[in-house]
Amino acid sequence: MKITLKVWRQANKDAAGSMVTYQLDGVSENSSFLEMLDMLNEQLTSQNQEPVAFDYDCREGICGMCGIVINGSAHGRYESDVATTTCQLHMRSFRDGDVIEVEPWRTGAFPVVKDLVVDRSAFDRIIQAGGFISVNTGSAPEAHSTPAPKRQADRAFDVATCIGCGACVAACPNGAGMLFTSAKITHLANLPQGQPERRLRVKAMIAAHDENGFGGCQNVGECASVCPKEIPLESIAQLNRDLIASMFRGDGKSTD
Amino acid sequence: MIMAATVKKSAKSYFSVGEEIQDTKAPAGPIDKKWETRKFEAKLVNPANRRKLTVIIVGTGLAGASAGATLGEAGYNVHSFCFQDSPRRAHSIAAQGGINAAKNYRNDNDSVHRLFYDTVKGGDYRARETNVHRLAEISAGIIDQCVAQGVPFAREYGGLLDTRSFGGVQVQRTFYARGQTGQQLLIGAYQALQRQVAAGTVTMHARHEMLEVIIHDGRARGIVTRDLISGEIETWYADAVVLASGGYGNVFFLSTNAMGSNVTASWRAHRKGAYFGNPCYTQIHPTCIPVTGEHQSKLTLMSESLRNDGRIWVPKNPADAEKDPRTIPEDERDYYLERIYPSFGNLVPRDIASRQAKYMCDEGRGVGPAIAETDHATGETVERRRGVYLDFADAIGRLGQKAIATKYGNLFDMYRQITGENPYETPMRIYPAVHYVMGGLWVDYDLMSSITGLYVAGEANFSDHGANRLGASALMQGLSDGYFVLPNVINDYLATGPFEEIDDSTPAVAEALADAKGRIEKLLSIQGERSVDSFHRELGSIMWEYCGMERTEAGLITAIERIRALRQEFWSNVRVLGVNEDFNQALERAGRVADLIDLGELMCVDALHRRESCGGHFRGESQTDDGEALRHDDEFAYVAAWEFAGEGQSPILHKEPLVYEAIELKQRSYK
Repeated sequence: MKITLKVWRQANKDAAGSMVTYQLDGVSENSSFLEMLDMLNEQLTSQNQEPVAFDYDCREGICGMCGIVINGSAHGRYESDVATTTCQLHMRSFRDGDVIEVEPWRTGAFPVVKDLVVDRSAFDRIIQAGGFISVNTGSAPEAHSTPAPKRQADRAFDVATCIGCGACVAACPNGAGMLFTSAKITHLANLPQGQPERRLRVKAMIAAHDENGFGGCQNVGECASVCPKEIPLESIAQLNRDLIASMFRGDGKSTD
Repeated sequence: MIMAATVKKSAKSYFSVGEEIQDTKAPAGPIDKKWETRKFEAKLVNPANRRKLTVIIVGTGLAGASAGATLGEAGYNVHSFCFQDSPRRAHSIAAQGGINAAKNYRNDNDSVHRLFYDTVKGGDYRARETNVHRLAEISAGIIDQCVAQGVPFAREYGGLLDTRSFGGVQVQRTFYARGQTGQQLLIGAYQALQRQVAAGTVTMHARHEMLEVIIHDGRARGIVTRDLISGEIETWYADAVVLASGGYGNVFFLSTNAMGSNVTASWRAHRKGAYFGNPCYTQIHPTCIPVTGEHQSKLTLMSESLRNDGRIWVPKNPADAEKDPRTIPEDERDYYLERIYPSFGNLVPRDIASRQAKYMCDEGRGVGPAIAETDHATGETVERRRGVYLDFADAIGRLGQKAIATKYGNLFDMYRQITGENPYETPMRIYPAVHYVMGGLWVDYDLMSSITGLYVAGEANFSDHGANRLGASALMQGLSDGYFVLPNVINDYLATGPFEEIDDSTPAVAEALADAKGRIEKLLSIQGERSVDSFHRELGSIMWEYCGMERTEAGLITAIERIRALRQEFWSNVRVLGVNEDFNQALERAGRVADLIDLGELMCVDALHRRESCGGHFRGESQTDDGEALRHDDEFAYVAAWEFAGEGQSPILHKEPLVYEAIELKQRSYK
């Protein structure tokens, strides 16, 4: 396949960026999108031009490290029949002669580091605020001492599959991190072990979400439509219910 | 193209033999009392003194994140490092199958002793008994801990945990979270770690890569890192250093490891005195999606549970390779595993299934696209098909498509996504790939390496799996080391601290800094003709051919000579563009590939010296009449711990004899 790539190049977080056009020939339709970018970088290196920086690690759709806006959609979701990460998108989703636009996540909470690489440490800070169950190693009771209903445990698992890639934020017109935040809230709210800190958690995580430069949620739904793990929009409804319920509780008031 | 060495040397000229070593930390007494005794005898650190003691942890996978969280909870001052943008990305996240624990929830005669026995046997009697027994003892507590953290394990309708059998054992002791157990366990450990970041006990340094270990006065006292965004080279000081930096399967270039997985932290420590244990022990997984072309950057594993219902075959006639497999009649198919191993059939152990697939493809009976590869005998490029069919037609006919979809739906979807083929209609193609290394830095019972104060945990150490790891045991070991072993033994060493303060002017520090900076300057100054990746691919091709599924003396000697030539070319002809003071991924990779080249040579030396077959290490010269791995317990019942003897010097072998008191040695058979 012959491909024309328009790639965002930006030297560092303070530099001005621009789209740069590259031609690539002999792309295999069996290669993944990132392998196609590997090929571009080999070509650039052989021409003594600096390769394009992009994040990747597992290349099997589970680590959450990769994330590129492809032809306007996060992870190239609208090029693919099924939910996908960038690394699992394959070139057979494109046609010979296609022009493909490649950009980083563009959102206030994720500043660009270089080219297609962004800083997603704001997600870690949301988790630090309360995305855990406070249990020290060694203090756990026997695993079967608290049964958990299967239906809720399965629901917890469904949202716990979030890989923290940030596609939801990149797709949101407001740059909200609500789908990510709600996935963790919903995961822990559906397990008996998550109950003691449930109200405290939702308040603290929402506060951290707002402090870290994410925008507000208006239930647009773009986040869920690009999510590679198909985290449902209803998890945001769960978050809202928990948040409202927490307003009538004392939990969390002392953490200011 | 580099040709084979013309002068053939003897195997013994590649290494020298030093004194034997022993583990001195496991206490005397019956095997089931050793861990209790060790915990009791270990010196303690008063809670008020812990914050004055600093521990550096490199890597945030299951072992590193769990150790960081637990030591933080205990009150130590922890500094945690990872090269990814967040500790949640570590490659433990990709583990699929599950985690073993001797809970005996199934009432199927499971016990600590049985898990211990299965693990030692599975490791083909090349693991240290004391460590493995402790792992089995700790296993049940790991499940308790993870459930309390909110890990959403699979449950039954009664609300209790579900388990399944896994990896050729006869009990159902594997806990799982669909096909994403590693992800869920890692997120649990990551959240515990983030809780300690918020509490101020752990300081996280993401996008930092360790380049050197600092050894002062005979103790590991810190590390040198590169900030992967700014390029800044920094020093960090501590009273103890823990390496939990994972495995080195990427020495083969194509593996199921993440692209960033590397050996640099371990290798830098090895060069400073940490012995490398059993580097040649590699696990190759038989059911991975085959290579589709030269663009391939990594391989994807599919759970071996597929072999329960799929039948493996190749066409009898190589000319049928391009035919639609559905049109090849039964009598022209070779169900080779069923033919050679009639009692185990398609369920033979991983190494046998892998090796037989290679033989079929070497014979020219492979299927799928013909891919250019180097014929290492002639040095020429040839086209070979590297794949065998895994066919579900029988199972679909017998059980219906719906039943198969319920069992394997996610795997079939993944296969379709990657290959563009529908496995419900046409047979899958599979081929073996490297996915785990049992070898790693040598450690004693306390997980301390041969450098005082340097600890090694998880896949990075050699400790618990012997020559072959059982399914669902990697997650168990990582979390055992991090949650329960290290936090109960590292205190024995830290109790003798805090140690003398050092700074950048201390000679050992200045030297480590100069080494790290010198290497980077050298890499950037070469300005050669070949990309880093091209060297990595060539290294992988040599390793896969000669140090992969089957190893021979002649092949390994050839490999060593080629790797030496490759190293020479790398350091004179690699092209790394850009500067250090920038986000420079080619520079990151160059440093990692340089260390993988050195490691590759040591792996070949280790494989060469071990003239027996055991577990994942198959020496062509040592097999039974049936083509099975043949051990030589009289000569090789030891851990090979390799000492770095200096640049260009032959490594020194230290043998740690393996003593089996609780378990009797046996030869395995799967006919």
